[in-house]
Amino acid sequence: MPFIATPQFMQFDAPLPLQSGASIRAYTVAYETYGTLNAAKTNAVLVCHALNASHHVAGSYADQPNSEGWWDNMIGPGKPLDTDQFFVISVNNLGSCFGSTGPMHINPDTGVVYGANFPVVTVEDWVDAQARLLDALGIQTLAAVMGGSLGGMQALSWTLRHPSRIKHCVAIATAPNLTAQNIAFNEVARRAIATDPDFHGGNFYQHNTIPKRGLRIARMVGHITYLSDDVMNEKFGRQLKAPTLSAGHGALPPEGAIAPRGGPAALGSTSPSYKYTTQDVEFQIESYLRYQGDKFAEYFDANTYLLITRALDYFDPAKPYAGDLTKALAAAVAKFLVVSFTTDWRFSPSRSREIVKALLDNKHTVSYAEIDAPHGHDAFLLDDARYMNIVRSHFANVGKELSIAGPPPDTKAPLGGSAAHEVASAGAMSK
Amino acid sequence: MSDLALHQTIAQMVPQGARVLDLGCGDGALMAHLQATRGCTGYGVEIDDANVHACVARGVNVVQLNLDQGLAMFQDQSFDVVLQIDTLQHLRNAQVMLRETVRVGKQGIVAFPNFAHWPNRLQVLMGQMPVTKTLPYQWYDTPNIRVATFADFEQLAGKNKLRITDAFGMQNGQAVRWQPNLRASTAVFAFERAA
Repeated sequence: MPFIATPQFMQFDAPLPLQSGASIRAYTVAYETYGTLNAAKTNAVLVCHALNASHHVAGSYADQPNSEGWWDNMIGPGKPLDTDQFFVISVNNLGSCFGSTGPMHINPDTGVVYGANFPVVTVEDWVDAQARLLDALGIQTLAAVMGGSLGGMQALSWTLRHPSRIKHCVAIATAPNLTAQNIAFNEVARRAIATDPDFHGGNFYQHNTIPKRGLRIARMVGHITYLSDDVMNEKFGRQLKAPTLSAGHGALPPEGAIAPRGGPAALGSTSPSYKYTTQDVEFQIESYLRYQGDKFAEYFDANTYLLITRALDYFDPAKPYAGDLTKALAAAVAKFLVVSFTTDWRFSPSRSREIVKALLDNKHTVSYAEIDAPHGHDAFLLDDARYMNIVRSHFANVGKELSIAGPPPDTKAPLGGSAAHEVASAGAMSK
Repeated sequence: MSDLALHQTIAQMVPQGARVLDLGCGDGALMAHLQATRGCTGYGVEIDDANVHACVARGVNVVQLNLDQGLAMFQDQSFDVVLQIDTLQHLRNAQVMLRETVRVGKQGIVAFPNFAHWPNRLQVLMGQMPVTKTLPYQWYDTPNIRVATFADFEQLAGKNKLRITDAFGMQNGQAVRWQPNLRASTAVFAFERAA
């Protein structure tokens, strides 16, 4: 049984100044916490979420089966980021659609739903909003900030915007900025949404509709980029969705009906024939992408997708330094762990190495692991023993530093909320 | 020979508080030793997953890199000492790495199995490739793709305009300074870029 998580909400009335020059006021931030904050308030770890995730990082909701958090394999009692030792905080970012104030909420200045008028938010804005939440929780210093992908960008940004508040930064499968190709993928997704007739310029809420077609395409494109070519071939190959036997059709054996590189279709002894359709699902990969797209369009907000992909595009801490990342990272004082995955082509190892090089140039404390995992960008969410062990050992050392520097761990003061690891069994493996 | 003896010998060659880059740092034992006994800082470089984990676990900074791809990640003269302890023999680009060592570091220290150690010579004389404690592999499964002698390294150093500041052998945990090419299973060199 996984442990029970409880979402919490905090209201902020004062305006938060944003990078764009705009500001947002009277907003709500959704967050969860796991574990117990120690008396000295030194064992807090902030976990930052990526594109389509939320503050629900670990544990499950009471009475909700299959509601494990998105990084439940990484975070929890006895997990690599061990909530028996650390007080883990995860924050839903502004503009999201999972509880924090977003485009579907009422703009206090106008009394109508934000919609397309929700201010453009950046990674830096999110970091500042997270810092405000920590202030409210009375946490000055983080033992660590951790994130993967867009979450890794936030972790990186934390070390630059609030250097003295961060002891360790764990940046996984991330990049110092997006390449043109990466921005291009985001733009395809955004255009798919914005050109859906149901989008209504972002004000679809008033039309009681959802631009599901656009969201589906956006998700399909995104999903392709999260997987490696090899994994996709291994999972789907050229396998057909509903193979009909070729007997009686008199057709030629379909060329390439056997998956290259030993995909599942290679197992079939008879070659199924094509349906010769351009609109229906023919290949398994199509079926899979459509399913992912449909599922996503049911729960994700179109304006949120535009906002979050734009935050990805804008992130570029070296920009004020004429592209010099070494100069940009000079301000950091945290100790870094950087992890990448060899088959991740959306946030490739070479991008992580840029971060590592800039840290080395500054003589910062850094370790870098390049995990030879087959799963592409998704690898950062999956169980790879090498990856998990490195994060586990890293946090064990972060914990050791705390016990040297701080008071003994039995002087824990529970903080209000979901200090919830009553059920501390070996977590359910739901992957 | 025991790693500990070699590590202690190497540690004595590394200045107190030096900034160290340990190429092919293995499980990080030497870096940990240098940090604990010499107040050194720096990084290990390692390709093997298990070793990278071992380094992280013992609190040694490690960068997972294939040394055959060079040291482009490191700036000129950014380290006091660059170590290649039992690393040279695994590198395709052993010569390039020597030049890189003195580009990145003020001083280089290498240690590698000395192929000219007399038991090795004897085994070759008997008509077979040597298999010893220092060279424990059969010829067909050895990871040592560069076998060299103490004398060979002196020659390569000269060719690459390296100034050798110290050179000796190690045998049974002892430094060998008289006829090391014949009498030592491990060759140790300290060098810097010739002005």
